[in-house]
Amino acid sequence: MISKEEVLHIAKLARLDLTEQEVADMQRDLSSILDYFDLLKKAPKPKHAAEARQTNVLRADEAHSNDIADDLINASPLQKDGYIQVKQVL
Amino acid sequence: MDITKLTIADLQKTFKEGALTSVEVTRAYLDAIEKKDGEVNAYLSVTKELALEQAKAADERIKAGQAGPLTGVPMAVKDAILVQGQTCTAASKMLERYTAPYDATVIKRLKEAGAVILGKTDLDEFAMGGSGENSAFGPSKNPIDTSRVAGGSSSGSAAAVAAEEACYALGSETGGSIRLPSSFTGIVGLKTTYGAVSRNGLIAFGSSLDQIGPMGKTVADVETVFAAISGKDPMDATSAEYTYQKETVPLNGLRIGVPKEYFVEGIDPEVEKVVREAIKKAQDQGATIVEINLPSVEFALACYYVIAPAEASANLARYDGIRYGLSVPSKDLLDGYLKTKGQGFGKEVKRRIMIGTYVLSSGYYDAYYKKAQEVRQLIVEDFQKAFSEVDVIFSPVSPITAPKIGEKAADPLAMYLMDVYTVSANLAGIPALSLPCGKANGMPVGLHIVGKPFAEATILSVASQMEAMLQ
Repeated sequence: MISKEEVLHIAKLARLDLTEQEVADMQRDLSSILDYFDLLKKAPKPKHAAEARQTNVLRADEAHSNDIADDLINASPLQKDGYIQVKQVL
Repeated sequence: MDITKLTIADLQKTFKEGALTSVEVTRAYLDAIEKKDGEVNAYLSVTKELALEQAKAADERIKAGQAGPLTGVPMAVKDAILVQGQTCTAASKMLERYTAPYDATVIKRLKEAGAVILGKTDLDEFAMGGSGENSAFGPSKNPIDTSRVAGGSSSGSAAAVAAEEACYALGSETGGSIRLPSSFTGIVGLKTTYGAVSRNGLIAFGSSLDQIGPMGKTVADVETVFAAISGKDPMDATSAEYTYQKETVPLNGLRIGVPKEYFVEGIDPEVEKVVREAIKKAQDQGATIVEINLPSVEFALACYYVIAPAEASANLARYDGIRYGLSVPSKDLLDGYLKTKGQGFGKEVKRRIMIGTYVLSSGYYDAYYKKAQEVRQLIVEDFQKAFSEVDVIFSPVSPITAPKIGEKAADPLAMYLMDVYTVSANLAGIPALSLPCGKANGMPVGLHIVGKPFAEATILSVASQMEAMLQ
């Protein structure tokens, strides 16, 4: 059974606020799901390493204007002078 | 004539003949939504003005003889796909008031084709779920039996098509979210090869798995939509150089693989009976049925539920209340993150973020995430081997028919098990379709038709022939 401390540690990494009840529920749910994952230990190794699914796809370094900059800024709850406002980081 | 029963092909013909206008058809669908959606709850928002505007424009094109196959045909869009100027909620409190600043590429293409957008449909929150019950705004009901779920996560899209509240719809898949609700509601749904359809404008859940796909009344309709939305998109670096080309692949001489691992304990015997009857019909047409082995199926669900949540934990980190979405007033930056995510995300979303964070965290990465990626390759190899012996694979889409609302909700693992047949195709990136093939206990059953990468033409041709026999 995953410990309460471990749940709180993961929640902190995920920046998730959990209520007491949610922590207890998460302990129970995560434990049964993680137990199910033990199944993967039985799996053999694949014959080959996975092929790279993607090669890098790059575009030319050209600026394009598409008029949605204002819409993007306006979606933010806190704005000032055309900038998105954030709380102090450092 | 029952307007909302007409297929895309029917409407194309009717518009050309002038027997109906797009405005008339659009009004018929809007009326249907008004009459039925109180109960079905397929739609989160109905875009009435947009629809009528687009219908009028479509009628001009039709009159001018410039209509395409989708011009004037009313459709619905899963509310995880951006339509400019309309809310896009992902069925989450986190994005309840978010307005899309741009069109998804698939929407751009459909708009160019003259589509009429009726509204945004309900889904499991952030596409995480198999029943529709994880929506923050109430689940869509199965129109066949409204005490039952529509399936998820493209629950509203399936319900809208099945209830004749849209002629077709767009859904999306990460682990079966088009095929499962299609199976549960008795419609056709196509999960495309990874890369065949652009993900630009789809709210991301699992970026190596996500695909947008069509859901409709018939195979021909689904094919028409797929042809319109597929193809390379410079805005999606994972999209492939791909152009759909119709093919005829006769059942006579076709090698159909049936995985022995799929017909074991746990499958509803009524579902098995219906699916085996469909397979027999194919055999009667001259197809060779080959029992194949997909031993990695045993690990597919665990593999999926490590990888998808891991990718989700990264993709959902962006919902921090700073650039968009819910922003809970807070004393400092960290407090803002904690409160916004705490209040904005529902239970299942939090669960998956936690699983994802855990399997990627230091000390656990090798045992879970790295191992799951190896198992993913195992699944790819199983399918490569299978497709060297057969042309397509047939199976049930799900071991069960649609459960009652609330039946699976209490046990997350029981919910995950509904995806047991579908997730392998997402992990391997291969195309798969759900075709209605009969009923079990009064509820629809979907036949699962799986193909090689980029073999949508084969799958659609086979499905079309099966559909004709199963009428």
